[in-house]
Order: sequence, then structure tokens, then C-alpha cells
Amino acid sequence: MASIGKIARRSFLIGTAAIVGGAAFGAWTVLKDPPNPLKPAEGESVLNPFVLIDGQGITLVSPRAEMGQGTETTWAALIAEELDVTLDQVRIIHGPPAQAYYNHALMGAATEGYDASAFQRSMGELMGHLGKVFSMQVTGGSTAMRDGYDRMRVVGAATREMLVAAAADRLKFDPSEMVTYRGAVIAPDGTKIPYTKLAARAAEMEPPHTELRAREEWKILGTQFRRRDIPPKTTGTATFAIDTRLPGQKFAALRLSPTRAPIREFDAFEVARMPGVEKVVDLGDGLAVIANNTWVAMDAVNRIPVTWHDAAYLADDAAIGQALESGFDLEPDSMLRNDGDVTKLPEGTERVEAEYRVPFLSHATMEPQSANVWFDGGKLKVWTGSQMPTFALRVAAEEAGLDEDEIEFNVTYLGGGFGRRGEVDVVRYATRIAKEMPGSPVLLTYSREEDMTHDFYRPAAVGRFKGAVKAGTAVMLDAKVASAPVVGPALTRAAGFAPGGPDTAITEGTHNQPYAIPAYRARGYAVPDMPPVGFWRSVGNSFNGFFMESFIDELAVKAGADPLQFRMGMTRDEFLPAWEVLNAVKEMSKWTGETPEGVGRGVAMCYSFGTPVAMVLEVRDGRAGGTAAPEGGGPVRITEAWIAADPGVALNPDNIEAQLVGAMVYGLSAAIGEEITFAGGAVQQLNFPDYEPLRMTQMPRVHTRILEIQEHLGGVGEVGTPPAAPALANALFDLRGERYRTLPLRKAVDFAV
Amino acid sequence: MPFTLTVNGTPHEVDLPGTVPLLWVLRDALNLTGTKYGCGVASCGACTVHIDGEAVRSCQLALEDVDGAVLTIEGLGTPDRLHRLQKAWVEYQVPQCGYCQSGQIMQAAALLDENPSPTEEEIDAAMAGNLCRCGTYDRIKSAIRSVAEGV
Repeated sequence: MASIGKIARRSFLIGTAAIVGGAAFGAWTVLKDPPNPLKPAEGESVLNPFVLIDGQGITLVSPRAEMGQGTETTWAALIAEELDVTLDQVRIIHGPPAQAYYNHALMGAATEGYDASAFQRSMGELMGHLGKVFSMQVTGGSTAMRDGYDRMRVVGAATREMLVAAAADRLKFDPSEMVTYRGAVIAPDGTKIPYTKLAARAAEMEPPHTELRAREEWKILGTQFRRRDIPPKTTGTATFAIDTRLPGQKFAALRLSPTRAPIREFDAFEVARMPGVEKVVDLGDGLAVIANNTWVAMDAVNRIPVTWHDAAYLADDAAIGQALESGFDLEPDSMLRNDGDVTKLPEGTERVEAEYRVPFLSHATMEPQSANVWFDGGKLKVWTGSQMPTFALRVAAEEAGLDEDEIEFNVTYLGGGFGRRGEVDVVRYATRIAKEMPGSPVLLTYSREEDMTHDFYRPAAVGRFKGAVKAGTAVMLDAKVASAPVVGPALTRAAGFAPGGPDTAITEGTHNQPYAIPAYRARGYAVPDMPPVGFWRSVGNSFNGFFMESFIDELAVKAGADPLQFRMGMTRDEFLPAWEVLNAVKEMSKWTGETPEGVGRGVAMCYSFGTPVAMVLEVRDGRAGGTAAPEGGGPVRITEAWIAADPGVALNPDNIEAQLVGAMVYGLSAAIGEEITFAGGAVQQLNFPDYEPLRMTQMPRVHTRILEIQEHLGGVGEVGTPPAAPALANALFDLRGERYRTLPLRKAVDFAV
Repeated sequence: MPFTLTVNGTPHEVDLPGTVPLLWVLRDALNLTGTKYGCGVASCGACTVHIDGEAVRSCQLALEDVDGAVLTIEGLGTPDRLHRLQKAWVEYQVPQCGYCQSGQIMQAAALLDENPSPTEEEIDAAMAGNLCRCGTYDRIKSAIRSVAEGV
């Protein structure tokens, strides 16, 4: 069967090179072809790493984490569109972790901005190959569609043409006379052969030259096609890692050091004899109990007397705050924008200075971290929800002392990701625990308390902004942002290595905004010794969006300009799609710049992950139902939200709307209520009562509009988060006349619950 | 001494300490994993089941205190015979990650059983205890309203 893999690789590369052209695939042969991880069983034909056909039907591989963003279905739809199959005709699987499933857009995206030239984009394309070199099978950075958009349509088209060639060969027609429809090739005489009957022969075919279909010909993409994972998610039958049950299943809970330092001492004598408890495991920096029931294990592990060493990071909020302040005295880690000269101002400008602060944040995925691991006769089997399965596999191998090919690694649905499941801690601990119980599958579930106190947090950050306005527009912006570095430590944990260079996360969302400001500088300061931080939905944009768009609002006020018009004036010639999304929310919200007493409106526009998003939020004093607000204003309620985004091509508009709204809720939850604090090295918030996300009662009415003006495909999953906090703070300014520069806002404002 | 409890119409014998919460009996002893663990402190609603028709947080009810028939998401409807709320959930494409949705649907089902035409405020009040980190609240509400108005 070696020829199948060879041809599949060739088809994939030739096809992609033929379509994308230029500096794209195939032109750069510095890289090895990733081997096809799919091993055909009896009666199966593997046409390439993404399409498997057997007598029963067609299976498409969507090797990205399905964590609610709809990737499983949309990725498959890219293939299906060109393959000429309907989504209800195919099975969709995640597939194994493999180099073939590397993310081509991830590294490339880092080099592209709204103003990227063709040269920069081709460099980004080249950089994308690094994803292959390092087997970066990553679901993150809102890259799945940017990664798969061309590549997967090419896979579908090349596969279709191979099937056509097989049919033409059998029926002795010319391939150009054949058409494909709903999983079958149809000959001019009406003979119809289903793909399932052609696959074995097709796998031996040379792929002919293929061209991608014009958008006008699309049957699936661009429509409101339904997500495949939704029906099982309504019946409780969708399987998350926490739901996997294997023969002889054991259940484990852990208690990690609150300081993340090693154990000083513990005494498990009594707990080991509790009914249902099978084993106590020393994890080095924590303890685990294996039992016949998860609750028994959680209850037992929390009863073990144990003491811990001190934290190796700054242990208290006061020290952390001080370090962030002193961070500005360090050499800058980055200066990713330096347009004009911020030190030379024209005559007659008015200056503004402001300082903003945000806290650490937890991801708080609804499914706590979980993994099911089974040492089964020298082999290891793993079930978990992972955004970085090739790296998680490496960690499992390391912990188990096995080769990666001795491990079966299954990626389940993720009960929320938001970046948290790019971390590999749960696989590391679950493997360490299961190793102590060979022959039995052990399901490790973090308690909510362990999940919240052992997260890799959105970093706390401080932004110091200076600016100047003249004649109704901004003429200078000089931003400094201090936070823990994010990218380096997170990638080192997951992959064992990290790229060098500046930590772009510290200023992303500040340095790369599409505003025409003649003097525009942004510097980032990487503060050491912080508690562990990681990727949190929209990463640096989550705090830079708040800093930058609050400050732009302050500049507008100083300039005496309407904040929406002020932004439109600075985006029109710099990046039209940003102007368009602002114009869209202006129209949708019937923005006048005037609000009645007791009503406030705020706007924000953030460009992140290749997509500009504008948001207008409306807040009102007093309770719902129109009862009068008490003197000085009652609890504030967010009543309306208008969101406009331009991802270039709306592959599934209904799903994009869901992502925009959901990401806004994630951002508002943080803006209003969420905060992680430290004392004695330990996180002080343990569970949802201490860490309150938005609830249904706090939801505004939401109105969305999706534009398709910009030329390039943008990301979708994270882009709704960054504008939420500044739009809210700016609306509160409109309501109260007061600037709120520190999150969470509940500390300064009484919100309705 | 084993406990006997009836779940989705089927009686089960469970040999676990009486202090184990119903949630963990369902998930780990009976393999009914549709009911989810989210917080363990009745703060998120992911573990919501019905006991004699009433919505209950199963993480807070000890096995020894279960005194009625338990209905879980698996008993509300099945992939072949969806409950009307489950149909609405599909129609409105409500779930994202989907982890909280069993609890959301069980809570909504209890609401509609008791109050077939709830107002918007009544929906809010009934659903306020159910967290969704993906932020699907507006679609949850639309789905509930579509069923309520269809009564």
C-alpha cells in the first residue's frame, strides 16, 4: 500500500501548488512530506490524509479541536464542497495527532497585519511551513479556516478528479465528459458510479490538474449549513473526555500544590483505607487518589494532610502589582510599531495620558480538565480534549516512557477550550497516575477548584498611554504595555521549545490597529516572575483591546469629536474594512452621538486575527421593566449590543454570528466580574461563586452584521472578545461621565444581576 | 447495603456510600454521562436533572436522600425521538461546546412543564442558575420561546 501514501502526498502537494501558486506549497522543498497517518484497513482506501473511503461510505478528517466554534463541520464542508458530497453523506472524524495535520496558517498569521503587502503575505506563507516542521497541529489563533480554506478545497478537488479519472478509466469515457454529484460520478450515458465503488482504483490515479470552483458555484459554503455536533449535544450523547467510559474504568482526582511547588510532606495512611479508594499517588507537586468513583476520589484527596513548598513566582497581589509597575523600567521587550516621531508634536496639540489595569483571568471551561488514560499491555491509550494533540502526545510518551507510535491518542469533543486545552498538564498528570494502575483505564477529572486554581491565566497587565489630538483627530499615540510574556512560556510548556524574539502578545491589539495616526509607537515590557500565564481567548488582544479602545475614546473626548466619527475618520484611508464595520454599527444602532438621561452608549473597534470588529453597547440605569432609576443611578444593565465584523468570506454566517455573540459574552464576563488574585502564592478564587461569568439575566439584545469586503479571510472564534470591555467602559463613560480604567468593572459600578 | 433508585424508568441497585451525590452515581456508577459535572456547588446548573418532575442540582443531592423518580437528559428524549426542546435546540443551533446544554435543557423542560407560556422575565429567572461559558444565552432563550409559543 506504499503507493497510496506516495500518490496521496503528491496529489496533495501538486494540487495545492497548482491552485495557490507563487511561493506556496511545493515550491519550497526544504520540508519533508508529512507521512499519511491514516492506515487503510481491509476494504478501505485512503486517498490522502483527509479523505478515507470504504464500502460503507466516505469519511472526512477534521483534525482541529471542536470546542464549540463549529470547526469540525466547516472544515469538512471545505472538502465536501469540492468533493461533491453533501454533509449528511459523510462521517467526520478528528483523526490521530499527526504532522500531516499541521497548522499552516498559525506561524504565517504572525507576520501578517491589516496592511500586509503581497511580499509579507508570501513570507507568511513561507513561515507557515514551520508549522509542518514542528508538527504544530494546533487549534488556536483563530486560524482553522485561514489554514484550511485553500488547502482543504484543493484536497476535495484533487480527490474528486482522481475519482473521476477512475470512473473514466472503467467506463472508457474521457474524464472531461464526466460529472460528479452527491458522492457519485455520472457518465454521459447516465451511468452512475458511487465514490465508494471507485475509491480503490482512484487511490492509484495520478491527480489531474484541478481548479477551485468560483464562489457562485458553491452549494454548501456560504449557506447556513448545520453543525454536525449539535444533535448529540442536545441529547447528552456527545462524548467529552470526561464522559469516556472503558471496561474496568477507574476514577481519579488530584490536589495540586496551591503554590505549584513540590510537596513538603503528606500522610496518606488513613485516606488510603477509605472505602472505594484504591491508591494514593504522589505526583511530586501534588497528590492523586484513584477510586471507584470520582467524587470518592475528590473527597479522599482533599482529606490528606499535606504541606507544600513556597511558590517560585511572585506570591501576592501587592508584589505582582509592584512588579508590573517596575516592568516599565526594564528594557522594552518589543517595539512593534514606531511610525513618525512621538517626541515631536506639531503646534497647538492637546495631550492626554491615561493608565489602565486588568487582572489575571481563568478560562473556566465548563468541562473541567479531564483525560482518560489506559496502560494496556505495553501500549498506552489516551482520550482527552486537546487543542495541541501532537504536543500532548509527546508529553504522554515522555511520561509513559514509550515511543509516540506506541500510543493511541484520541481527541474527543472539548467542553470549552478558549486556549486552556492547548495546555498539556492534564495529559501529563493523567499519564503519571494511570502508570500506577497498569491494566486499568483511569479517568482523571480536575475538581472545579483545582481547575480554577491551577489554570494558566490571562496575564494581569498595565497599559500606559500618551496621546495628542489636533483639529478633531489623533496626531500622536505612544503606548507602553507591561505584562508577563505569554507565547514563549506557553509554547515551551506544550512543545518543549518556543520561537525567540519579542513576545507579540504583550502589545497585540495596541501596536497593530488600523488607525492613521502620524506618530504611533507601541512598546511592550515583559515582566518576569509572574504566576503562570497562557493563551486565553484573543490572548493579548483581550487586554490591549481594552487599553487601546478606551484610550481612543479618551482622545476623541479631548478632540471634542464624536467617538464613532473620530474612529471612522482615522480608519477610512488606513483600512477601509475597519471603516465599514464602524459604519455598519453606526447604521444598525442608529448612532447619533446623543443619548437620553439614564442611557449610555459606547463604541469600540478592534482588529484581531485578521478581522475588524466594531461593537456598540448600550447601558441603562435602573432595573428592567422601565422602573425609574434611583437617585444617582441604579444598577446598570446592558440592554443592547450591535456587532459588525468583516471576516472576508462568511463560510457559515449563522455560525459566525454565534461566535461573535459568544465571544462578546466571554469578554463582557471578564469586563464586569472576573478576576484572579493571589495570596501566599495561591489563587484565591476557587469556584464560580468567586468567579462569576455573565448569566442569562445579564444578556443584552444582540444584533449582528457580517460584511465581506476585505480581500483576505479573517479569523472568527476570538474576534468578538476584544471590543467588549472597551465598548462597555466607553458606554459607562457616556452614562456617568466617569472613566473606568480598571477591570473588573463591578468594583466601581453596580451591575444588575 | 445497596441503594435502589429509579432513573429514566429503570430501577438500579447502587453499592456506594449514601453520601455520594446523585451526579456521581449517575455518571460513574450508571454510566449516564449526559448529566455533567461543572462546579459541584450548585452554582452552574450543568448537573440539572428532574426528580418527580422538579429540576434539581444533582451535585447537591446525596444518594441516600433521593426520594423520587430521576429523569436525566437521556430519558428526556433520544437521538431518534427528540423532545420538543431538543428539536428547538437543533433548530436554533444553540450549543457551542455543548457541555452545559444537558443542564440547560433539563432546566428549561422543568420550566415549561410548570409554566407552558413563560414571559421573558420568567425564562430569565428560571434559567439564571445555568451558566454557559460559550455565551449561548440568546439562542437558548429563542429556543425556549419557540417551544413556549408553540404550545
